[in-house]
Amino acid sequence: MLEGIMVGLATAFSLTNLLMVIGGCLIGTFIGMLPGLGPMSIIAIMIPVAISIGDPSAALILLAGVYYGAIFGGSTSSILINAPGVASTVATSFDGYPLARQGKAGKALTVAAIASFSGGSIGAVLLMIFAPALATVALLFHSAEYFALMVVGLSAIAAFAGSGQVGKALLMTLLGLIMATVGEGALFNMPRFTMGIMDLQSGFGFITLAMAMFALPEAMYLVLDPSRSSSGSGSGEIKDLRITKAEAKAIAPVIGRQSIQGFLIGVLPGAGATIASFLGYAVERNIAPKEEQEQFGKGSLKGLAAPESANNAACTGSFVPLLTLGIPGSGTTAILLGALIALNVSPGPRLMVDEPQIFWAVIISMYLGNLILLILNLPLIPYIAKVLAVPRNYLIPFILFFTLMGAYIGQNNATELLILVGLGICATVLRFADYPLAPLLIGFILGRMLEDNFARSMQLYDGLGFILERPMTLGLLGLALILVVLPSYRARRARLRAGGAADAD
Amino acid sequence: MALDRWIALVILMICLAYGYAAFFTMDAALPPFMKRNPVWPSTFPKVLSVMAVLAALFVLLGFEKGADDPKPMDINYRRLTEYKLGQALALLGLMAAYALLLRPAGFLPATVGFLVAGAWVLGERKLHILLPVTAGAAGVVWYLVQQVLGIFLSPWPAFLTNGG
Repeated sequence: MLEGIMVGLATAFSLTNLLMVIGGCLIGTFIGMLPGLGPMSIIAIMIPVAISIGDPSAALILLAGVYYGAIFGGSTSSILINAPGVASTVATSFDGYPLARQGKAGKALTVAAIASFSGGSIGAVLLMIFAPALATVALLFHSAEYFALMVVGLSAIAAFAGSGQVGKALLMTLLGLIMATVGEGALFNMPRFTMGIMDLQSGFGFITLAMAMFALPEAMYLVLDPSRSSSGSGSGEIKDLRITKAEAKAIAPVIGRQSIQGFLIGVLPGAGATIASFLGYAVERNIAPKEEQEQFGKGSLKGLAAPESANNAACTGSFVPLLTLGIPGSGTTAILLGALIALNVSPGPRLMVDEPQIFWAVIISMYLGNLILLILNLPLIPYIAKVLAVPRNYLIPFILFFTLMGAYIGQNNATELLILVGLGICATVLRFADYPLAPLLIGFILGRMLEDNFARSMQLYDGLGFILERPMTLGLLGLALILVVLPSYRARRARLRAGGAADAD
Repeated sequence: MALDRWIALVILMICLAYGYAAFFTMDAALPPFMKRNPVWPSTFPKVLSVMAVLAALFVLLGFEKGADDPKPMDINYRRLTEYKLGQALALLGLMAAYALLLRPAGFLPATVGFLVAGAWVLGERKLHILLPVTAGAAGVVWYLVQQVLGIFLSPWPAFLTNGG
């Protein structure tokens, strides 16, 4: 292994490959900031460029840099304008955007940069040490476990069920799951609930829904109440870029835990950064003390650090099945697999032995890529955050324009824009009545995967027997139950205690 | 009845229609071999519809006790007319118009028109700044999307690009 690492270091630190990492990170960051363009599309666009380079190590290093850069860029638009163009940065907007609105955009971007760096770096170290062993464990996960894992991911809704909102959060989740059943499913391959509308054949677009749920209502609120845009960092002065020692101490364990958890989820083929980020958010919220729990969703640094570390670590984790087994764990790694094959590299158990310079160079460059992202982006934060200082009369039309473009680019269909406006109006009305919108999006994102894995398990076990027959499934479902019930139980106990204290008075 | 319960009523109606389709109409076109499967395309929707109807009823009938100290509303929908409702509706109308005009009018005219009209609605009157800024932004985005990313986006109206 040590010999391999040395070969990897020599390859990754060559001038060409260093330029590849820097170029990839910059391209990824800038394109990733545009809502609607996720890492998958950016990598797909970059493949012809990578193949034209010829050298597989350099090509893969460039693509990995683009991947990390895009994830980082996606979180920037989530924090600054509440427009998560990628599913894995939806959870980032839950606390990142409230922080920006409180005038702490600089601090939020700093925390995001540090958490992303740490998540990616810890992930790269874990990948280096445990890759082959983890690949074997990942193979033990079957559709039943994936189904249970999706249920655990859905338990994140508990994080949004504030007092008096459990029913509303549940209803929104179910509505999201219902919306996910519209269109042709992967398993049944027949159109459902399309009402004969051709444009609904492929279902609702994720980006359209994300923009409609987050960016559009927020823009409408800014229009309705102009005093909202004058709050926070609207003055143009970006202060508060640094994080204090106490804040660093508070988020350090969160970053550590979520880097490991996110990495392990990333290793599982099919789970990926989205589940990792939601799960990271839910777990941190549920284990936080009561007073900190209430800060989640209102601008908690822990709530921002958790999904940011988890999604970057999961991205690194998704390279485990790709490099060691040749199995793409996510849409993005599927595209990377295509690129590898086009470059005459066969990923799999023999890659580490036959082409160690590629295997190790990619791992080393991942660490390097995260470091470069941090070095490049930290000094740029004051300039990036100045987006919020653009006058309201210009900012709002541009937010709406990028929202529309995000939906258009995602589907290449003008009807999608009308769907976006319709859903955006519904989301604004739901927000008036204090319905949490995040659970709807979580339900929608996880819905299709949940149904596919549920159906596969039902077919394999000829019924619901898989729940009892597979201990890992049962364990994960039990965990989901605990994650949902525990906060309600703690809230109830706190209420009873408060009631008791009041009686004693 | 409060707005949240009206919304729950609307969602209940949607869920009932969804459930009706899942329970009574969806399986009609199912091929016979699929009927031997333990799971049908309607299985998951059936479960969801039942759960969603129950959740909607839970909110509608007010079983959930609200927070003791409800947080102040961001925007009080009961006094919506006191906010900039006209501007919000005008911007929504502009978005719908943009969706309808994007292809026939071409990306550049539609985008410049949308951005200028949007800023105008919000009170911006400095056209000498507005026009170059919006034209520049539209041009950069078009170049990025069409030329760099290769996603088709006709810049001008069809009658100009097709030579009349």
